[in-house]
Amino acid sequence: MRKLITPEMAMTFIKSGSRIMVGGFGLVGCPLTLVRALSETGIGDLEIISNNLGEPGKGLGVLVREKKVKKGIGSYFTSNPDVTAAYQAGELEIELLPQGTLSEAIRAGGAGIAAFYTPVGAGTKIAAGREERTFADKRHVLQEALKADAAFIKASHCDELGNLVYSKSARNFNPIMATAADLVIAEVDELVEAGEIPPEDIVTPHLFVDYIVLKGERGK
Amino acid sequence: MSVKKIIAQKAAGYLNDGDVVNLGIGIPTLVADYLPEGVQVFLHTENGILGVGPTPEAGMEDQDLVNAGKLPVTVIKGASYFDSAASFAMIRGGHIDVSILGVLEVDQLGRVANWAVPGKSVLGVGGAMDLLEGSKKVIVTTMHTTKKGEPKIVRELNYPITSQRRVDLIITEKAVFETDERGLLLVSSSENVTMEELRKNTGADFRVKEGKEYEGKEPGAGAD
Repeated sequence: MRKLITPEMAMTFIKSGSRIMVGGFGLVGCPLTLVRALSETGIGDLEIISNNLGEPGKGLGVLVREKKVKKGIGSYFTSNPDVTAAYQAGELEIELLPQGTLSEAIRAGGAGIAAFYTPVGAGTKIAAGREERTFADKRHVLQEALKADAAFIKASHCDELGNLVYSKSARNFNPIMATAADLVIAEVDELVEAGEIPPEDIVTPHLFVDYIVLKGERGK
Repeated sequence: MSVKKIIAQKAAGYLNDGDVVNLGIGIPTLVADYLPEGVQVFLHTENGILGVGPTPEAGMEDQDLVNAGKLPVTVIKGASYFDSAASFAMIRGGHIDVSILGVLEVDQLGRVANWAVPGKSVLGVGGAMDLLEGSKKVIVTTMHTTKKGEPKIVRELNYPITSQRRVDLIITEKAVFETDERGLLLVSSSENVTMEELRKNTGADFRVKEGKEYEGKEPGAGAD
């Protein structure tokens, strides 16, 4: 059980100014216990890579309210009015990517690919100023891979080695983020013994996972 | 039946048995309720489900089971879950048969604006660009005009473009248009909609598809 630590202990690995990937599609599949533990520290000046920045006062929205996020990289921030307000006040920098470009950049980051060309966004405002190339008569834009200092991810259960299984659509960005950060902390609902999860069912093999944190009562 | 439901029903008529279909928010979501007899489609949602089922009954919601609009859903037999990169590989890689989308505007080349409003901070795009770029067939379902009565099918987009790709079909409560490299082709119009009314409420030029005759007489009814 050497990977199992407390949320408080997990935060001792995080420094102000870090770039952190946080799993979830909105609040679904977001590691809420880890996010809450982070908000209870003085750590700030964060660069967060996540599809959204939570909802007002919920999930990553707590960090936005506390002005601990310097920059957000994601695909859809409109669902949190606090993000819009912070952006307009010049307190928050935003990098907007099409969701497929975001997810592929994370996948590439974890797979040792430096950059790739995608047709998505070519000829639109979102890709203005980007390096372009034409393949098969079609415009493509260059996207660099994304990596992070840490990833906070959420799985439904894991074994003591750190093999992860996800629940339904709470999987979303979690398995790819598990591959793309120097330090990966998985929040899980339940911990079982090694061997209890059939090998065929393991989605994220344990080599990607550094630490495990159990979801807390307040993580709901 | 409400106008939006009529549009959804028309769109459902263009789906084939076995299609993998991605439905956008709004009118497209309603399409699933009007599938013709004998047509089973597999609904894909960008957040990682193939085989989305109906909305759960009140009290039966599962917090880990939502669609792209973050609303609770169920799954059908044979459904699968996958991560976001795999989901967008399906979309961008051309594995989705049909995407049905809502729009702010469509231009006369059949190109869509549906992600940003000028003058406002652009802070959300989600999967809109990926779906337009990669889906084998794109169907737009939209009201013919805005609430203020202004055309949504326009000569030039007033809103930022989502993709250079032209959509395949535009379905409104008044008409159905196909597109080709030269622009919009009227294929059908609804009962009691005259050509004059259609021209007046459509901001873009359109041609009448060969084999269809509308000029000078009342157009035919319904989708073909």
